[in-house]
This record gives sequence, structure tokens and C-alpha cells, in this order.
Amino acid sequence: MSYGHGMGLRGAAHIAGVYEHPGRHLPDLTVAQIHAQVAAGALADAGLSFSDVDAYYCAGDAPGFGGLSMADYLGISCRGIDSTESGGSSYLIHVQHAAQAIAAGHCNVALITLAGKPRTGGAGPGGSISQSAPESGFENLFGLNVVAGYALAAQRHIYEFGTTSAQLAEIKVAASQHASHNPHAFLPDAVTIEEVLESPMIARPLHRLDSCVITDGGGALVVVSPEIAATLSRHTIPVLGTGAAVKHSTAGRIDLSHTGASISGPAAFAEARVHPADIDYASIYDSFTITVLITLEDLGFCAKGEGGRFVADGGLLAPFGRLPFNTDGGGLCNNHPANRGGMTKVIEAVRQRRGEAAEAVQVPDCELALAHGTGGSLATRMGSATLVLGREL
Amino acid sequence: MSQLPTPNPPVTADSLPFWEGATDDRLVLPRCNGCAEVIWYPRHFCPRCGSADVSWFEASGQGSIYSFTVVERGQGRWAEHSPYVLAYVELAEGPRVLTNIIDTDPDSLSIGDVVHASFDHSEDGRGVLRFTVR
Ligand SMILES: [Zn+2]
Repeated sequence: MSYGHGMGLRGAAHIAGVYEHPGRHLPDLTVAQIHAQVAAGALADAGLSFSDVDAYYCAGDAPGFGGLSMADYLGISCRGIDSTESGGSSYLIHVQHAAQAIAAGHCNVALITLAGKPRTGGAGPGGSISQSAPESGFENLFGLNVVAGYALAAQRHIYEFGTTSAQLAEIKVAASQHASHNPHAFLPDAVTIEEVLESPMIARPLHRLDSCVITDGGGALVVVSPEIAATLSRHTIPVLGTGAAVKHSTAGRIDLSHTGASISGPAAFAEARVHPADIDYASIYDSFTITVLITLEDLGFCAKGEGGRFVADGGLLAPFGRLPFNTDGGGLCNNHPANRGGMTKVIEAVRQRRGEAAEAVQVPDCELALAHGTGGSLATRMGSATLVLGREL
Repeated sequence: MSQLPTPNPPVTADSLPFWEGATDDRLVLPRCNGCAEVIWYPRHFCPRCGSADVSWFEASGQGSIYSFTVVERGQGRWAEHSPYVLAYVELAEGPRVLTNIIDTDPDSLSIGDVVHASFDHSEDGRGVLRFTVR
């Protein structure tokens, strides 16, 4: 098989192993220990061992100096290393980069890890702009926090398209119903639209229950060459399409109604040679309800401005809604380890493709799954990444 | 003049003309000499065309609300100032800037409302760009 100039990555790599740490509150583990536990879990899932790994990928949650400290801790002999940092979307970009490296023959077994302890490790909710960032003097002085930044996008969406708070609440309701089937979910109880709307207002129009959970934990992925995949007994999932994008503030012409998904999504669909209507299941980044709504539009599951109607009346409910989403309960209810939801998005998409999601929410004959990650501040300075995980070639 | 937190801003050589203007309650912005784009946030670089050749001019200080949120639960030192209004204001010159709307009833605000620049001053005398409805 060859992947020549302009051919893309369709089928260049398979996801062979995934692991989500079952813990959500881990006061007695270090961040490095959690990285090691999820790495071991994903390798065991794939039927591989640390000695098989020849490339290591991590983002800013990894303790130490880029990827060097954790590669050393884990004893990985790396022919490749990548510590691309784009917030919660990092781990999907790592999958793309691993597939590129595998296609080029630079490695065969890539390990990607995420871990963090925002509940018990003293780290805040994240997302703040460091004082050394060139934009800090123009964005740090006004009481901006993560919720408020997303609230600005939500207010604009309501203004432009007539989206309602009840429609946003439907997204939490669907996630919570899915979480009720996940024994590890941080918030395991189904909630109603009324309960979302009556929860404390944090930044108008976003309530506490429009927000994701804050959890300790982590996850890992093992990405392998098709040749390695063929030797494994585990059901491996081919990576069919990948897309990545950085959306800017564009010299101040900020557009709060579009995210980088409007670039990464079409790129991933084109590489996979499929369309949004072909997707059986989608893991959509869900830091807040509004994140899901705008992303669904940008990925092309509905027209711009139609997101509110798309998610209404159980549109996202598994297994039979218009587009079953986040069947683990997502970041909104299950897990948002290290304040970064990209890893768990890929893991649940792989579970769906393997037919290993919780029975009540498993999508029948799930042949094509999508995972989307979001990082940074929604629509203004952000990283977006999309993966299409597919049927066998 | 608001009671909101107004720490000394992180002034750099890259953004100095903006802060010098703000010290005197003037909104000074860079305009690209290559493509005429008015650049936000202020810097000696045009992200539209890649030119580092910019001129600084005094802007009108007029704008309208592009989006806003009433933050009911601020974090850190902002907790005691909640609720407060965080907004993007679209300047008459084009850029949409993150700011606060001050001296107003949050419940009276709407997207599209016309607003005017108003500078709060930090301990070191620098001006922080906020807006009033008036
Ligand atoms: Zn220019």
C-alpha cells in the first residue's frame, strides 16, 4: 500500500487500543502515574506491550519537558515524538500525526496519552491566557473566564438564529440519559430540561448544567500500521479521515458563529470520502452545550442556524435519534479529564465502532463514527480536529 | 469610571502606542500600511497581509455591541464584582474587541446597542478600554 502525494491518510493507520481511566477523583495518584496507567490499559486492550511502542504523543497535560519526561518515565524507545498542544483537540491531532508518521514509515505503533487532576491536583478550570501571550493585555483585564467566553458565543447564536436555552438544555438532557447507563459517569442521573434551566446561572445564558464536569482521570490510544493491525486479535478500527484547523481572531474580525470545525470537518469527510449523512454515531466535543450546537452546524449535520431544531425532541439520543452522540455521557456528564475532552471523544467512538458501548446506547450496525475535538476559546482562537473512523476498507 | 478590577496592564514594546494613547483617554490603533487593515489586538504586525509596517491613529471610540454576557459568578477577584457585563464591541473602524460595558443596568442591554469608549485607569495610570451606553 502506498500513500503518495495528495493521497491523504485514508486507511493509513488503525486505532488498535483504547483505555479510559475508571477514576474521576484520584487524590492518591500523581499525573505521571495516571499517564502510565492509561498507557498500560490501552496497550493491553490492543494486545501489545510497552516494548512494541516506537512513537509517543502527548500534549500540555503531560508533566515535565514536552514529551521527553513521560517517554523517559515509561521507558519508550521513540523513533517519533510529538507534543502538539492545541487544548482539548490535541489528541485527535495526535491521531492525524501518528497516521502521517505511520504512512511515511517513521513508526509502527504510536502511543497517545492524556491525564490530569483538576479536581484534586490544585489546577483551576483551565483555559486562561498566560501573561506572556501577546493577547494577554487585551483579553485578561475584563473578567473573562471559560464559561463567559462560551456564553458570548451562545448569546450571539441566540441573537442571530433564535436558538433557545431550552434547546441548549436538550443537549445536556441527552448526555445525561446516556450517562445513566455508564457506571463510571461522574453525573449518573438523568436530568430534565427544567432542571437545566433552573440550575444556577453562571454567565448568561449558560447555567451550571450547561457546563461539563471537572474530573481527575485520563485516557490513552494506540495507533498502529495496517500491517501490525493484521497481526492483532483485537478489532482494530481504520482511520478513514482526518482534519485539523486553527481558527483566528482575524485581526479582530471575530466571528462567534463559526468554529474551526467548519474547516476540519469538511477536510476529514473529504479524506474519508464520506458525507455527514453517512455517519452513524458522533462524539462531539462538549465543554458546554453551546459547543455541541455550533459544532454540529459547522460539521454539516445541519445548516448554520438550524442546530437548535436539530438537537430538539431527542435528536441526539441513542440509539435511534437523528444523530446519536456522546453515548458515554460525554464531558457534560461522564468525564472531562484534565479539562480536555478530546481523548474520551475518540475512545467512545471506537467503542461504538466495535459494538462495545453500553447496551442501551449502542447504535446498531455502527459502521462509520466521527470524533471531534475543540481547544482554546470557542470561535475566537481555537484548535479544531475531526476524525472519521470507519468501516473496513 | 467603574469600580471593576483594573490591574496594571502588561505593556510591551509591541503594543506601547496603544497604551500611551489610553493613558490620555485616547483610543489609538494600528493601521497596516500594506493593506489598510485596522488591526486588533494592537501590534506591529498585520495578520492579514504579513506586513510589519503600521501607522498608529486615533480612532473614534464609537462602537456597537456584537455580543455580551452578564457574568453572574465571576472567578478570583471578579467574584465580588458579579454580576458584571463582558462584551465584544464592534468598533466603528471594524475590529470586535473584548471589553466590559460599565455604568449600566445589565437588563437594559441588547446586541446592537451603540456604545462609547470610556477608560478606567490602573494604579500606574494606564487606561483600560471599557464602554458605556450613555
Ligand atoms: Zn496588512
